[in-house]
Amino acid sequence: MVTVLTEAGHSNVPGGNARGDNLWLPSGDIEAATGWTLKPEGFCRGTVCVPTPAGKEAEFSEGDAVNVSAFWRHMGRPVLHDAAGDTWMLGNSATERANALDSLEAPDFSLSDPSGRVHSLSDYRGKKVFLTTWSSW
Amino acid sequence: MWQAVFEDHKDDDFMVIAVAQESRGLETAQEFIDEAGPTYVVLIDQEHVVSDLYNLTNVPQAVWIDENGKIVRPPETAGSHDGWRAMNREDMSMPDESAAIISKAQETYMNALRDWAKNGADSRFAFDEAAARAHLRKPADNTALAFANFHLGQYLYRNGKQDEGDKFLKTAINLKPESWTMYRQAMNLRDVGAMGFAADETYFARVDALGANRYYEPPDLEDFPTELGFEPPA
Repeated sequence: MVTVLTEAGHSNVPGGNARGDNLWLPSGDIEAATGWTLKPEGFCRGTVCVPTPAGKEAEFSEGDAVNVSAFWRHMGRPVLHDAAGDTWMLGNSATERANALDSLEAPDFSLSDPSGRVHSLSDYRGKKVFLTTWSSW
Repeated sequence: MWQAVFEDHKDDDFMVIAVAQESRGLETAQEFIDEAGPTYVVLIDQEHVVSDLYNLTNVPQAVWIDENGKIVRPPETAGSHDGWRAMNREDMSMPDESAAIISKAQETYMNALRDWAKNGADSRFAFDEAAARAHLRKPADNTALAFANFHLGQYLYRNGKQDEGDKFLKTAINLKPESWTMYRQAMNLRDVGAMGFAADETYFARVDALGANRYYEPPDLEDFPTELGFEPPA
């Protein structure tokens, strides 16, 4: 069993397998864990598909198992894991963050208020939003 | 801090969203929320998602977003000033001159914010697209790696692997040394010292090591005091 961390949250994947620096997940579990799926066109999310590099199919999928870390690295995104290979962080790339900011569309997010109610930035469309940050120290 | 401006402009289609970059979560943030009693939106961001998305390095940093969800002032220091570094660390007193600069900084930023809250796109403080882009600070590869390390480090720390988590947190801090948020919050997981802070000599040594470099980058705002406000250590 592995735990997969992404910007969207944390998932436990019972059929997940660590092989050194590679994370293999059952194809049916990838979407819930990462938001992406493997299709004939490649590794896809919404309308974006990243084709499997030609000639390297075996590195990226094997039967029902998909090497999610290989796709992630192929997209220029960081992949980290603990020593035991139980917990994997699938990160985001600087390029995607920079491109998002460069569009000047304020990146959306969803977080809870103290009562537990979830708010998204996009809930406040139609208002001028002063988005500020603070911490206890 | 933002309650007054929110109260004065909430009928001008204006909202304040104050996101806590708080690794210890609601439990730690709660007392500050109770004390301030805000009526605007307060959110708890334990994973520092907002810092990651917007490439933030310290608090308070703020972004102005218009009614269409467009950034009209990219992230910048929200009124704080390095004058705080003149504070006496024994008795927490502040020299008058520094106090005055800190006050002016706060006032200048607040006036600009009020102007925009009221006037929106007509405010001279709202950037056009070219200016907004020019003021963006876009993340480099180290930043992306830092946030990945920080996220993993925090998770391991909270889930029974404190030593291993610490290693990833340290890596994050080394990759993005300009992030005071990562540095302070990683410390906060480990120790809560006197005054309820994890502040100790190592924190102040790191601040002093900045010399005349800024803890709080001044915003590009007319009348904002650009003087240091303190005497850098020799």
